[in-house]
Amino acid sequence: MTDKPMLPDLMRAHGISRRGFLKYCASLTSLMALSPAMMPKVAYALENAPRPSVIWLSFQECTGCTESLTRSHAPTIEDLIFNAVSLDYHHTLQAASGHQAEAARTEAMQANYGKYLLVVDGSIPIGDEGYSCIAGVSNLQMLKETAAGAAAIVAVGTCAAYGGIPHANPNPTGAVSVSDIIKDKPIINVPGCPPIPVVMTGVLAHFLTFGIPELDVLNRPKAFYGETIHDRCYRRPFYDKGLFAEGFDDEGAREGWCLYKMGCKGPTTRSVCATVKWNDGTSFPIQSGHPCLGCTEPNFWDNGGFYKPLSVPAGDYRKAALEAIAVGVVAGAAGAGLARANKSRAAKAHEKVDAHDLERKS
Amino acid sequence: MNDPYFDLLMWARGPGFTIALVVLAGGIILRLTEILFLGRKTDLAPAKGNAVVAGLKTIFTRSVPREGLVKFSPVTYIGGYVFHIAFFIAFLLFGPHIALIKSVIGLSWPDAGRVIIESAAVIALVAMLALLYSRITDPVRRSISGFQDYLVWVLTVLPLITGYIAVNKLIGDGTLMMALHILSAEMLMIAFPFTKLMHAVTFITSRYYNGAIQGRKGAES
Amino acid sequence: MTATFERGLNALREQIDAPVASFFSSCVSCGLCAEACIFYRETGDPKYTPIHKLDLMRRLWKREFTVFGRLGSLIGLSPQITDDDLTEWEDLIYDSCTMCGRCSMVCPVGNDLTMMLRKMREGMSASGHAPAELIGAAERHTDLGSPMGELHPALHAQVRHAIKNTGIEITFDEPGVDYMAIYSAQEIAEYPDVIGAMARIFKKAGVSWTISNDAFEATNVGVQLGNRDVARTLVQRVVDAAEKLGVKYVISPECGHAYQAMRWEGPNLIGRPYKFGVVHIIELLDQLRAEGKLTLKGKDKRKLTFHDPCQINRRGGINAEPRRLMNMVADNFVETDDAGTMNWCCSGGGGAGAIERGADLRFKAFNSKKRQFEKVNPDSIVTMCAYCHHTLDEQLEAHGMETEVLGLTELIAEYLDDEPAANA
Repeated sequence: MTDKPMLPDLMRAHGISRRGFLKYCASLTSLMALSPAMMPKVAYALENAPRPSVIWLSFQECTGCTESLTRSHAPTIEDLIFNAVSLDYHHTLQAASGHQAEAARTEAMQANYGKYLLVVDGSIPIGDEGYSCIAGVSNLQMLKETAAGAAAIVAVGTCAAYGGIPHANPNPTGAVSVSDIIKDKPIINVPGCPPIPVVMTGVLAHFLTFGIPELDVLNRPKAFYGETIHDRCYRRPFYDKGLFAEGFDDEGAREGWCLYKMGCKGPTTRSVCATVKWNDGTSFPIQSGHPCLGCTEPNFWDNGGFYKPLSVPAGDYRKAALEAIAVGVVAGAAGAGLARANKSRAAKAHEKVDAHDLERKS
Repeated sequence: MNDPYFDLLMWARGPGFTIALVVLAGGIILRLTEILFLGRKTDLAPAKGNAVVAGLKTIFTRSVPREGLVKFSPVTYIGGYVFHIAFFIAFLLFGPHIALIKSVIGLSWPDAGRVIIESAAVIALVAMLALLYSRITDPVRRSISGFQDYLVWVLTVLPLITGYIAVNKLIGDGTLMMALHILSAEMLMIAFPFTKLMHAVTFITSRYYNGAIQGRKGAES
Repeated sequence: MTATFERGLNALREQIDAPVASFFSSCVSCGLCAEACIFYRETGDPKYTPIHKLDLMRRLWKREFTVFGRLGSLIGLSPQITDDDLTEWEDLIYDSCTMCGRCSMVCPVGNDLTMMLRKMREGMSASGHAPAELIGAAERHTDLGSPMGELHPALHAQVRHAIKNTGIEITFDEPGVDYMAIYSAQEIAEYPDVIGAMARIFKKAGVSWTISNDAFEATNVGVQLGNRDVARTLVQRVVDAAEKLGVKYVISPECGHAYQAMRWEGPNLIGRPYKFGVVHIIELLDQLRAEGKLTLKGKDKRKLTFHDPCQINRRGGINAEPRRLMNMVADNFVETDDAGTMNWCCSGGGGAGAIERGADLRFKAFNSKKRQFEKVNPDSIVTMCAYCHHTLDEQLEAHGMETEVLGLTELIAEYLDDEPAANA
């Protein structure tokens, strides 16, 4: 509830100096592509703003988003953001369970009606609501209930934002995204499979400080999803030079050449992986030698295969083309047959002439 | 929730390509079969030269204009050569295109750098503009050109333009431009068997027949 | 029997084959064929563009011989060609095309437009759209033995004349000799000295030959009309005569279309190979030269140039032979620009020379040749086709040039080192 310790106290308790906190705020500010002058506002908001209630609903998900956000090798201050808010309901992180957990949720909803932030990860099955239930309540039902009193919704992870892995062909559960169900509340999509930790916290920090960030057509914060991997990839010079890896252990792979021909979806994927990277800026898939999967884009599982380059057709065209060729031969031969018949008819109808038959006589 | 641009791209890469390839492959084979199966009468006059050798040779030698002809139609000859060569460079030497070709027919070859590809695309476009100008202003070309000639011109420049824009992210959404580029190439594929684009295949048979007819008589071709 | 549109359409249908289909499929409307055609180049009128001349044939092919064309015709595309269309195309198929073959050489996709135009004439002639002058010539040739009418008296007179001048026997209908000579009416009427020239050369070289009374005429108006029935009748006469005499070869004379008709179209017209070979007079002379049987005394000192008849060089492959002979007989042989395979047409061949209404057009078309000759400024022009010879004479005069034109066979005979004419 709202009487948890304030952020400055928590920081001191964790041995993080004010300087360290301000550095974090500075990097968060620049990450959101805000001017440095905004930094004090961010710091003030995190320290002093009333801690809003946050309800985190987990539906058909793998918990990867929570893991990404909370897993750390050493204490990081990313998880401190959870202490700038009042995280009133979260399956993995909360202490309570059973009826008490659900009671905590409904209490928080009533006490903060219209003002709490709803965070969702995981997709919602509508094929049969029974596919995924929490305490006997279907995901669909719980989402609608909880969204009714929310100020805004953050759909974390590709599953909540677009349907994700459960949505992939043949979508046995009829999984859909939050946006497919809730139409009357502002929704911020933070896709990724999982999203980069600092992106998630950056979005929450922006929301706490300034409200909803500027969103693109897919409701993603432009600060984190404005540019493609391709435009910021450190291997771009190799793409431009025409040097491509064609296997995972060929010369190109070992030299670190462009992974376009290995199926990289960088050109069509918007995310900050190429600049912000993962594990505190250690690396990202392309740097490790694997083509980008495009996991921040809708239907990335069904976009023609991870190892099929963007320029290569994704359908089963070979069979169709061979059939077409066979039909072409038959139709062409038939056409030629008709043509030859036309000719023989003409030959049969040939009127043999001599020089005196070459004029029109009436 | 869906990204409409990516959905368009996936359609172009999926059903779009399949349809285009079916029409292209089936159509070319149909027309080629139709031509060849029409046949020709055996020539009963005794041959003076080797028709087959002359026919095969002409497939290549006809690419070189006879002496003194270029100066009468410089735009057509030079524009034609420049367009074809530049177009093939832009199409055949670009990495992503080579990946496509490898997927379809299993062949691949080294890639050229992007600057060569882009220069070739621009040069091809300039040549196309010159050829269009000639087609519109020259009395011979204007009189023999019909709807089909202009349609093919448009369909040929669209992939050049959309490709250049997509790779350079000049205007619009990158994913959308890539989808439009692939769709424009597919339109070219679909138009292929119904238009003069067939010359890309039938120039072989035509040059062969010409060379064979002449070569049989011991005449040059 | 009257000519009808249907009959013509039918005749044209019979002509569509795989090469025709391939050619029409390949045309990219580049217009380079026009640049090669004397009629376009010297008038600037785009209607003379060769592929445009073939447009009616293309429409018929598309509508009736292609799957897509047939489907298109169901929805109103590819309309059928009409009799009015054929009328409109008459001057494009006859007046403004000598079947010279330059267009077939320059088409970048390899179209043989000349061959297609020859086929188009089948449809035109059968439907009554051939020029009256050519029909008249065909009637005369069919009924009287030659396009100029009854030429036996003239032929016999010229042969007697040749015998008297050369002192050499020239026979008619002699069986068992190696060669049978045929002549074009143009030669018999205008350049008959070639008969005596041949007699001298053949005597020197030991070639046995004769002339047939039944079939002495080489010109084939059927080929110029573009009517295979007429062409067949005329070729058949020569074939029958040659096979009756049992000769080894028929000599095709200095005449362009005669060579095409006899050597290349003939067996296909009559439907079987000949029992004899066909050789062009210049091929034979070059062969004799190579065998050392032609010795000359002295060389011609004039500045000479050569005009290649289209049907013999470009469409017939005889390119090096006349040049070897020219180099043997001429001291000062200068080639024009574009000499050889791509030489310019004299503007008279293919039947065009007979068409009165085309005289102005041909006068303009001759400018291509005129420029060539003006640049070389020869004393004389040598050629190996009597109709080119006739056209050059006519057009040079019309254009105010006085250059003399000579036949190659006569030129060789002039310098032949043979004993003075002995008394027969």
